[in-house]
Amino acid sequence: MSALFTHWLTQNLLVLAGFALIGWMLWSVSHHERWRRAWLRFKSDRSGIIALLVVCLYLLLGALEVLRFPTGGGATRTVLDLFVGHIPAEKSYSMPLAKTLLSEANPDPLKATHLLGTDALGKDVFVEVLKACKTALILGGLTAAIYIPLGTLFGLLAGYFRRRTDDLIQYLYTTLASIPTILLLVSIILVLGKGLGTMSFALGLTAWVGLCRLIRGETLRQSERPYVTAARALGQSHWKIITQHLLPNVMHLVVINFVLGFSGIVLMESVLSYLGVGTPVGTASWGNMIDSGRSELSRDPMVWWNLVSATVALFGLVLSLNLVGDSLRRAFDPKRG
Amino acid sequence: MADSPLLEIRDLAIHFATETGTVEAVKGISFSLQKGETLAIVGESGSGKSVTGLALTRLLPEPPTIYKSGQILLDGQDVLKKSPRELRTIRGNKIAYIFQEPSTSLNPVFTIRNQIAEAIRLHRPEVRDIDAEVIKYLDLVGIVDPAKRLHDYPHQLSGGMQQRVMIAMALSCQPELLVADEPTTALDVTIQAQIMDQLRDLKKQVNMAIILITHNFGIISGIADRVAVMFRGKIVEYGETRAVLANPQHPYTKALIQCIPQPGQKRERLTTIDHAALEAATT
Repeated sequence: MSALFTHWLTQNLLVLAGFALIGWMLWSVSHHERWRRAWLRFKSDRSGIIALLVVCLYLLLGALEVLRFPTGGGATRTVLDLFVGHIPAEKSYSMPLAKTLLSEANPDPLKATHLLGTDALGKDVFVEVLKACKTALILGGLTAAIYIPLGTLFGLLAGYFRRRTDDLIQYLYTTLASIPTILLLVSIILVLGKGLGTMSFALGLTAWVGLCRLIRGETLRQSERPYVTAARALGQSHWKIITQHLLPNVMHLVVINFVLGFSGIVLMESVLSYLGVGTPVGTASWGNMIDSGRSELSRDPMVWWNLVSATVALFGLVLSLNLVGDSLRRAFDPKRG
Repeated sequence: MADSPLLEIRDLAIHFATETGTVEAVKGISFSLQKGETLAIVGESGSGKSVTGLALTRLLPEPPTIYKSGQILLDGQDVLKKSPRELRTIRGNKIAYIFQEPSTSLNPVFTIRNQIAEAIRLHRPEVRDIDAEVIKYLDLVGIVDPAKRLHDYPHQLSGGMQQRVMIAMALSCQPELLVADEPTTALDVTIQAQIMDQLRDLKKQVNMAIILITHNFGIISGIADRVAVMFRGKIVEYGETRAVLANPQHPYTKALIQCIPQPGQKRERLTTIDHAALEAATT
């Protein structure tokens, strides 16, 4: 099963399916007047559009690193390697755009010019930064796939049924929220073992609380509105009222929460990597780069490019996601007509 | 009794259990309704008229609502003894509602076509051409050029149009009884008149019973066959509309009728109701 899952063909299909899903979702909401008007407002928001393009660029990079093609003899290469695979590895550190290794005693000439220098193992930092997009996006995507359905469903159930259901769900999330998040994350990961999958699981298990609170509050408000009584008066079932009437009315909150929460997840990955329970060593990730970069700051001469490159890349994604989230919130704001 | 009534309410009492004690919203009321008949329930805010309307299909949230005593007999079967599943087949199918606020009673994210289609799919799954059916009902409630209006959202319609859509939605289920809970209160006076005319026309065309819940005695003449006046959770007067309007017996009914402004009258202060005196007269 896991062999099938890690097979390059399956992964290619998964990526394509993911993009198809996003496309289908956009296509289906484009028929909704509310979403169309939100898009018109979003389009006129220049910072939002630029940020969206940046996010798309990150998405593309992530996809290029996952999509593979066979090179014969059972070996495969990623599409990204087509563009950056020819860049050779060096023996050790080198400054950005330097001609020689950093070592003063033995300044060997480099095989190629490296835009952002090389790290301790001689790997090109620019290539590593690009490859780490995949890790961040997979982590964000998997975590969202766990926490969004969980938070939305629980929020809707609590807000619609109230009373015992509400009490139970509130009890669940306040209990979860009362445990220090980092401690909980670290213990879940240590119990289940390190890896992208378990990290997403742990993050997903803790991240739904905020969304659930938000959706519960909005559902409490929405379910007081006469259209819910009208739907009940029509003889509609509870489940249909929740999925057909309430869900579309809270969906904008889910979208905004996802975009804003995504950056939090990517940040949390670097926190966990910093604590040594993040992505496995060897996997390119911004968190790992920042983690190894911090100890190199004390070297003389200082090795800063490793840390800075990863941080800037992370900052770029987080900032543009936040800008997209802000623009979305503005675009969906009912007070703006 | 020659004809068994469509709806018969016997000694219905409804209480709300609140943290500060029990509120008696409806204190033992009885009335009945024949097929195709129109009953107006008239009373002020808090008199229990809307609660009575919602209780017919048990739409009130339970708890806090307690059906203390009595029976709601629909075609001779007690609604209060039905399971949630059976209740859902009564709602819309037998008894449909229109509410006071048309602007919020329609789901803001759906086109009017989808809202009416939902009602049709739910109660008449045999209908094949749903669009044609939706257009038929929009036409019936007097919406001009309904085919062009199908894909409009509620916010694109005026209040009067929204209420017509609500009526079309209720009618599309082909109910035997339509409960109109203050259907014109949120609308301005000219639209009120249009909607009441529409209901009057529909009553003739579709032969369905109507319970019209209102605080306004002015709008019921010409549509209601009988009227029940509610005050403090009780029916204080019940009879033929004509008779009640011509010769009100209860002081509260008299006071309510006096509250209708008469055109051509000498300008004077509008009549208000003296509750203390009424309370003394009622108890």
